[in-house]
Amino acid sequence: MNIVEKILARASGKSSVAPDDVVFADVDKVMMHDVSGPGVLKVFDKLKKQGIAVDKLWDPTKVWVAEDHFVPSADKLSAENIVKLSNFTKNYGIEKHFKYGMGQYGICHTLSHEQAMVMPGDVYVGGDSHTNTTGALGAFAVGLGHTDIAYVLLNGNIWFKVPETYYFKLNGKLPEHVMAKDLILKIIGEIGNDGGAYRTMQFGGSGIDEMSVESRLTLCNMTTEAGAKNGIVEPDQKVVDYLSAKGATNLKLVHGDADAEYSKLFEFESSEMEPIIAKPFSPDNTCVVGEAPSVELDKSYIGSCTGAKYEDLEAAAKILKGRKVKIRTEILPAAISIYQRAMENGLLKIFLDAGVTVGPPTCGACCGAHMGVLAKDEICISTTNRNFPGRMGHVESQTYLASPMVAAASAVTGKITDPRDLK
Amino acid sequence: MKGNIVKYARDNIDTDVIIPGQYLKVHDYTELATHAMEGLDPDFHSKVKEGDFILSGKNFGCGSSREHAPIALSHSGVKAILALSFARIFYRNSVDGAFLLPIEIDQDAYDGISEGDEIDIDISTNEIKNLTKNQTYKMKPFSEIIGKIIAAGGLFKYKPDQD
Repeated sequence: MNIVEKILARASGKSSVAPDDVVFADVDKVMMHDVSGPGVLKVFDKLKKQGIAVDKLWDPTKVWVAEDHFVPSADKLSAENIVKLSNFTKNYGIEKHFKYGMGQYGICHTLSHEQAMVMPGDVYVGGDSHTNTTGALGAFAVGLGHTDIAYVLLNGNIWFKVPETYYFKLNGKLPEHVMAKDLILKIIGEIGNDGGAYRTMQFGGSGIDEMSVESRLTLCNMTTEAGAKNGIVEPDQKVVDYLSAKGATNLKLVHGDADAEYSKLFEFESSEMEPIIAKPFSPDNTCVVGEAPSVELDKSYIGSCTGAKYEDLEAAAKILKGRKVKIRTEILPAAISIYQRAMENGLLKIFLDAGVTVGPPTCGACCGAHMGVLAKDEICISTTNRNFPGRMGHVESQTYLASPMVAAASAVTGKITDPRDLK
Repeated sequence: MKGNIVKYARDNIDTDVIIPGQYLKVHDYTELATHAMEGLDPDFHSKVKEGDFILSGKNFGCGSSREHAPIALSHSGVKAILALSFARIFYRNSVDGAFLLPIEIDQDAYDGISEGDEIDIDISTNEIKNLTKNQTYKMKPFSEIIGKIIAAGGLFKYKPDQD
């Protein structure tokens, strides 16, 4: 069995499972945020009317909650959702609630690794499609909707069809100025935005060995944009060190067997990658930066679970150091812990000196929610994950997806720019 | 189950156009319905009728896990989506929450069915009849688990132990 099959077999109490088997898997961790939490509460209301008991969760210690989509509260309604969420966690005894304005908080997927909320080998479900991110720690991490999350909260398990696994063998170290974001855009561009549909996308090879945990998180994060059920990397010493530094103990690493089966093998030469962007209006509409259209950008956005981890900010700072931005540029660290490190290590000064506005952690404009959404005809280069019509604001705005280095270099010139070309 | 078709002849209708991100804070199902498909077709809310079906291409519902998407369509009156393929979370949300039926169709059905056609879907025989054009197409049968959850009326009514 491969790593996903082993995790699902363990979680469903079976000696083995194979693709297409349907299992009810015990869940180890559940996450909700300020959109899915109130959504789950609506499901609870519906269940109550049907006579289904919703007064107790299966295990509140396995549930954690983030405030990220509409914080700081965008308006009355989003403020009320935060109050609902707070009452929810209080009434049900959920202690792990990361609150805006109270120390560590941030984007849910970022907290999943920053706070070591998820361990290798876990079945981890979250009420958000980018839950896939945390597969980089060696967990089976899957996004679900409100009904399914409500089901998990009450029953502790959920059904899965065991996915086929596509194995992506990555060869060699990424060149300087090329990031994991470029690589995952390249992969999505090749397989298409449903190229991984219903499957696991597993990453391995020397390209992964060479890669930091944060870069692997970027890869797994955007498996969602290829339609995958989950992304995963087998845990190695880097993952152990990463989690141990955050206080995790007793890690139980799961690895695939030597004779594990994969339904398809892909190979990418990571050492030969170039900076890549995805043009509007799909993450698979990719080209190398050298062939990007010559458009006048209005804005550069460095934020989100995909592109505002510490490493992402460090990469942007390398480009922005000693330079000035030519277009509106926002950097929103994805969690307070990252914000703090950025302050301690001088990154915030570099950003502010360059003319950037540094904002608080939030999903914000990535999903067109608030805080810097785009007007009609505005064009943005962004380290986020989707560029569907209207994704970041007006339905006639445009988003180009890029790495933090490309977004930073483009901020300096006002045009889509290869960071290697900056004078 | 009979209904009339609203056709979007394109692939990759994503959750951001089905229900734009600014409405994620809304959890009132009736209000969500007024914004359904707003990112693609601002007239959808005024033209859709109770019992209608949407017909579309590949990868319907790609993108976010927002259950707002099947909720907004379902509370607009849409009973089924006929598409060449579906993105997984949209598909799952539609079935587990018992909001609407995701029906996988083939190219013949996709090409043959037009806007406004009256369609009769029979999930017991996996047949789709086009009553307007007097044509019949096959739908892809539901997998066993999906068929059972649909028959039960959603995940919470499905009892896996009784299988």
